[in-house]
Amino acid sequence: MSVRRLAPKEVQPESFAFTDENLAWAEKAIAKFPAGRQASAVIPLLMRAQEQAGGWVSEPAMRYVGDMLGMAPIRVYEIATFYTQFQLQPVGRKAHIQVCGTTPCMLKGAEDLMKVCKKRIHAEPFHLSENGDFSWEEVECAGTCTNAPMIQVWKDVYEDLTPEDLDKILDAFERGEKPATGPQNGRHFSAPVTGQATLTSAELYDGSMVGKGAGLALAREAIAARANGEAPAAAPAPAAAAAAPPAPPKSDPAPAAAPPAKAVVAAGNADSEKPSKPVAPPPGGKAD
Amino acid sequence: MLADKDRIFTNIYGQHDWGLQGALKRGSWDGTKTILEAGRDWIIEHMKASGLRGRGGAGFPTGLKWSFMPKNNDGRPHYLVVNADESEPGTCKDREILRHDPHHLVEGCLIAGFAMGAHTAYIYVRGEFIHERENLQAAVDQAYEARLIGKNNVHGWDFDIYVHHGAGAYICGEETALIESLEGKKGQPRLKPPFPANVGLYGCPTTVNNVESIAVAPTILRRGAAWFSAIGRPNNVGTKLYGISGHVNTPCVVEDAMGIPFKELIEKHGGGVRGGWDNLLAIIPGGASCPIIPADQCADLIMDFDGCRAVKSSLGTAGVLVMDKSTDVIKAIARISYFFRHESCGQCTPCREGTGWMWRVMDRMVAGRAQKREIDLLLQVTTQVEGHTICALGDAAAWPIQGLIRHFRPEIEKRIDQYAANPHSDPVPVPVAAE
Repeated sequence: MSVRRLAPKEVQPESFAFTDENLAWAEKAIAKFPAGRQASAVIPLLMRAQEQAGGWVSEPAMRYVGDMLGMAPIRVYEIATFYTQFQLQPVGRKAHIQVCGTTPCMLKGAEDLMKVCKKRIHAEPFHLSENGDFSWEEVECAGTCTNAPMIQVWKDVYEDLTPEDLDKILDAFERGEKPATGPQNGRHFSAPVTGQATLTSAELYDGSMVGKGAGLALAREAIAARANGEAPAAAPAPAAAAAAPPAPPKSDPAPAAAPPAKAVVAAGNADSEKPSKPVAPPPGGKAD
Repeated sequence: MLADKDRIFTNIYGQHDWGLQGALKRGSWDGTKTILEAGRDWIIEHMKASGLRGRGGAGFPTGLKWSFMPKNNDGRPHYLVVNADESEPGTCKDREILRHDPHHLVEGCLIAGFAMGAHTAYIYVRGEFIHERENLQAAVDQAYEARLIGKNNVHGWDFDIYVHHGAGAYICGEETALIESLEGKKGQPRLKPPFPANVGLYGCPTTVNNVESIAVAPTILRRGAAWFSAIGRPNNVGTKLYGISGHVNTPCVVEDAMGIPFKELIEKHGGGVRGGWDNLLAIIPGGASCPIIPADQCADLIMDFDGCRAVKSSLGTAGVLVMDKSTDVIKAIARISYFFRHESCGQCTPCREGTGWMWRVMDRMVAGRAQKREIDLLLQVTTQVEGHTICALGDAAAWPIQGLIRHFRPEIEKRIDQYAANPHSDPVPVPVAAE
């Protein structure tokens, strides 16, 4: 695990408060979660605080977010030190370069990118350059492996890099410009550099695929069967019998013209009245 | 090769409009209402019949997972949580769905949520995917605006989708760690049981699914389980997004059939191994946690769950990392060990201490600064970490090293011999007890 500590006291600012705009945004972010669960919003709020403060979260910002969410300061410190996207010390004013160094990028030359950073910014990660404009770090997989090697700066990624490209990008940031993002070798996102070999049929995009699904026909049959009060057609799946709803008794046919919305809700809650039975626990392991 | 008309994700390269209008034209949201009207059980039966196995790495049948949600509502809300925290080196498939085909996912959330009696879905996107998250949020907003989701929507099933994000912790891809993180805590996995289907987010029944598993569901139900299950081999059916990275001529993300031969995948989509097929050294078939497969087993390798298991590896997420003969394979695996050391959440001792210990030994082996007996010692330690932790991160840290020793032991020994044969002034060892 990575051990991270807050910046020393002399670096920490006096106080922190959201701007009005961010405050309004924060209220919306908190409203995404059920009442009493506002702590769920801690990561988005800290991230917004980091953006507002120029790329790092200070101790006053953590306390501010904690007060807002009704969390003890230690709970927010835990979050800020656990999640490595939170920078705990000041970063470069113009750019904080995050170089992915994991194996897929390493094989494609990430170490050369880090040499450029060491030469131009600072020999050590997390240190500011002399004028305070730049800093860099090595990150663990930023998720663009087919476009390796890459760097991330603020919200943007720069992919398919050579050390020369990185030099140019740093030059642009130095001049206060924003370099063109994405692949730097002329590629279109994650398509092969030689051009697309798949997804070339026009029929995929002219709307002719709409309304043809064979599965939809089966769904309509199932709906019709239920409306007619028949037992549902034999399920193609194994062990589906237990899950199938009981056929409505013939003497009490389901209303044929039930409003669709009601029918959907009824189908969704179909088994609500059934007695409870224990649910088999899924086997363990990673999320599916 | 899979025909274009059988591909589910028709905009992974972002050459068309990813918004609602473009998605409608490509067939999203077509007949969603009919699918919902067919009922909860119909959906689950057909998902089971399609044979879809979870696309997040473990390959657990998706329809079966959905059916674990309690049938009757005991007053607690049900939640669908979508795991968009893909962070394993080599894996970058969900990114293309999030940024270029988000409506597949939004529609999938509605259908999956309905099938498990949930009115709320949280999509947990990894923190680094910022523009991806913005596109997804825009797609969700479009769906609200068009009343496809939300309160009193046209589908008749009230459904809210919230896009949430993490902040750079790989462990949050583990389902219970993700739930902890979503609750505003450190992402440390929970002991199971209780399983999330009974006690998950906020103590309520929850199902956590991978982005791809959810995003393919609407198309499967629309085109029929039979269509999906006819692609691929029995028990390994359907289409799959493959990510090809490393030493190939044209790395890319591509959707193709499950069970495509590895060689075909690399030749057709990856543009061939750099320097030709004979220059292949080894591959990692499905993200950093999967054991390495040497070149001699790659010629006949079938890219699906069973095919990779036959060579003692795992399909994982099908993010293939190709290494040619210029690769320092010990260093490549040592970097993976460093990754797992960095990402261990620190909760279980075998993993917290073991991942650091394994990395330090691996780091010495890269230089050859080790004893040959330490190879067996390292192997033994991996087995002490594996299976002795709450979640699978300990296993994931152990497998790449086990794979390396299984296939490249002579390489490690050669490195040690080379080091020993040359004069060195060994650095003074600094004892390190804990991280």
